[in-house]
Amino acid sequence: MPQASVVNGTASPEHPSSGDVILKMENISKQFPGTLALDRVTMDVRAGEVHVLFGENGAGKSTMIQIIAGVYRQTSGTIHFKGEPVSIHSVQHARGLGMSAVFQEFSLVPELSVEDNLFLGSELTRGPMLRKATLRKQARETLDRLGFPLKPSKIVLYLSRAEQQMVEIAKAFRTKPAIMIFDEPTASLTERETERLFQLIEQLKTEGIGIIYITHRMNEIKRIGDRITVLRDGKFIDTIPVAEASDQKLVELMTGRVIDQIFPAIKKHAGDELLNIENLNITGDNAVHNASIHVRRGEVVGLAGLVGSGKSSIGRACFGLEHIVGGKITYDGDVVFDRASRVNRLGPRRMLDRGLYYLPSNRRAEGLVMLQNVRENLSLASLGLPAFSNKLFLKKRSERAEAKKVADRLDLIPPNIERDLEHFSGGNQQKVMVGKCLVRDVKLFVFDEPTVGVDVGARVSIYEFIRDLCEAGAGILLISSDLPEILHLTHRTYVMYRGDIRAELDKSEINEASVLNHFFEKGDEITERIQHEKSGEPL
Amino acid sequence: MTDASHQSQESLLAKIEQRAAVVFVRGGVLPWFLILAILVFWLSTDNFLSGRNILTMLRQATYLTMVSMAQMVVLLTAGLDLSVGVMFAITSVISSMVMVGVWSGEGAGWGAIALGCAAGMGAGTLVGVGNGIGVAIFRVPPFMMTLAMSSIVFGVALTITGGTPIYGMPSDFAEVFGYGKFISVPVPIWLTIAFIILMYIFINWSRMGRYLYALGGNLKASQLSGINTRLYLFLAYVVCAAITTFAALMLTARLESGESNIGANYPLLSISACVIGGVSLFGGTGRLPNVVLGAIFIILVQNGMNLLRINSYLQMVVIGLLLILAVIGDNYRQKVMLTLRD
Repeated sequence: MPQASVVNGTASPEHPSSGDVILKMENISKQFPGTLALDRVTMDVRAGEVHVLFGENGAGKSTMIQIIAGVYRQTSGTIHFKGEPVSIHSVQHARGLGMSAVFQEFSLVPELSVEDNLFLGSELTRGPMLRKATLRKQARETLDRLGFPLKPSKIVLYLSRAEQQMVEIAKAFRTKPAIMIFDEPTASLTERETERLFQLIEQLKTEGIGIIYITHRMNEIKRIGDRITVLRDGKFIDTIPVAEASDQKLVELMTGRVIDQIFPAIKKHAGDELLNIENLNITGDNAVHNASIHVRRGEVVGLAGLVGSGKSSIGRACFGLEHIVGGKITYDGDVVFDRASRVNRLGPRRMLDRGLYYLPSNRRAEGLVMLQNVRENLSLASLGLPAFSNKLFLKKRSERAEAKKVADRLDLIPPNIERDLEHFSGGNQQKVMVGKCLVRDVKLFVFDEPTVGVDVGARVSIYEFIRDLCEAGAGILLISSDLPEILHLTHRTYVMYRGDIRAELDKSEINEASVLNHFFEKGDEITERIQHEKSGEPL
Repeated sequence: MTDASHQSQESLLAKIEQRAAVVFVRGGVLPWFLILAILVFWLSTDNFLSGRNILTMLRQATYLTMVSMAQMVVLLTAGLDLSVGVMFAITSVISSMVMVGVWSGEGAGWGAIALGCAAGMGAGTLVGVGNGIGVAIFRVPPFMMTLAMSSIVFGVALTITGGTPIYGMPSDFAEVFGYGKFISVPVPIWLTIAFIILMYIFINWSRMGRYLYALGGNLKASQLSGINTRLYLFLAYVVCAAITTFAALMLTARLESGESNIGANYPLLSISACVIGGVSLFGGTGRLPNVVLGAIFIILVQNGMNLLRINSYLQMVVIGLLLILAVIGDNYRQKVMLTLRD
């Protein structure tokens, strides 16, 4: 087994003994234009420990590790590395010191091969020429040592997400680091791959490498964590040993509130059926197989699952954004799509006019025009309505009034509708995206991960907004991989796994165990898949 | 002498610096360029700021101003139109050929002029329709589409004319649209002013104007907001062509002949005017008044250099340098903008 060699390997040259503090971050602050991302945060990492960095999106975790990795420089505060104060001035420098990061957003060049990516920025050369044979040999060695079944010559573009993640880890590992940073490494991994990663991390620990691990998942913290540092809004909250951390305590530390204050109670008055999807089939990256769901007025229906489980595809399909290969969609009594009888009345414009609003999960890529101001973004989907324009011209005065109303209702901070969207925080940008549907008449809202990258304050506003909409009689389809959101907000939830709807749970049946039970691969399926892979059949 | 006065002086300086930075961020590099150019030419020539020369400059600037506004429409959508030059060619050639062909040689020939103008505008706009179809429907990158279109249309124009200018159009055409004056200001200037007002309303007060910014700012978000992105992308190229053909007709009138090589400079100059005026090549930002000023600035520099008797080859070098400087200045502005918080 190649994994055995890891234990005997020489990962860190000095072999610091377990328990020594390798890295100490003291009173680190980072000022970005307009925001204080980190405010005097202190943490230390010991050799051979997994130090979990915990907090909401926007709490400052990413900024913290980017400072360690040399991407950013701190505005103030000192970093001690192996007892010496250091000033990390570049990624190269950080790597040279022995800090390696596996970033959330892949730092790979998709068009290059695995080996090219492993050595990107530190290619071995003889004169002006690359020493390709040596590079390949070393790449092979690194991959073998980690036990990753990857071919060095393969182009990264054609690897699965999990395989790309392996390349990312191998890249970080190649430089024989003293500190390794993992930023939500399991987000795109299957159960089995996750297990393999945890084994690997255990091995790294025994070599005296200090590990900083960022995750949202409670069960992972318990599985591999030693200590936890909690950040909130850029501030240091506490560092506690994992043994002392209960779920309750962590959520409270993370959000600064008890759960009841975050999630409002939503009354259910289920009315007529708004949306009925029958046997929907979508091919491609996030495929869906024979999915059937329905949403009524006055209820919040959850669609839970991991990233890539196909849950987003269903929401996007209703808006006409996916190529549907089979199935039937009925909206508000009208058949809007039927593959069998070749009916297709989907499409953003048409569905908006029918009163369906889809809120995309990626606000930067799909939701908002960052260069325009709040007013212009709020009215963009509705400029054709009489409140915003007549045949020829825009009605700017009434546009301004409408935008102002929405901004007030959503507590936009700062409440300046003429400010460019770029200059708002993520949470307030999200409010604007949510607000786009407020200026028009909507019966069914499809929220796709509505609170990604949003602070608690904005999160509460958005949840209350969802409550108001639902209680006013709208139907809501809440697509989310955030478990607490599903548990506390929905009246009924479908759980998806790999394109299949695994379960439909009623309010009384929704709890952490029942949902998670369907989130992940089951034991017998793993064996089945391994057998498949052994016999060489593609899945 | 006291510390306090020293400090207040320092804070005053900081305030001035802050103020200057704000002005720079708001207005961009253009105002500084303009002031500098006017100063230089005013000091180094005798008649640069004479009423006569100013009118001449403005008249010379009319064509470029129009094309730059046209170019802006496309740039806002994160596109580019390199074929504005050949739109001049085809419009000029077709309009003059029709005029010459239809006109009997007697009378004022206003019928022939109207028909010629319509034919010329139709031909030029057709180029935009082609660009629009290529870019919006077949997803050909705007750079390739309009570059290829330039080659096609230029070839057509040369083939029709055999490369020689076309003379003999009704003299009223030139006398009114080329040399005519109204309240002692040349007709092309009036027409351009009217166009600027129309364009201002179009860009800032029409739905399509708003959509141009949205398309360039985030195509995907626009699509999800229910905007027919293909239609508006297509229309952007058509509108760009339509405005350009109008400028081409005015220039044809001024030259009193139909020529296939009259617009060669306009792709570069119009994009330069937009960029100097703060329009982003990546779409989504830019203000019309600044584009107009950008076009006037370029003509002003050319005019000044003419007065200084700098030869035209050297002028090309200067224009190129200015363009690069403008982009560098704009990058710097973005940087300053980040340090100021609002």
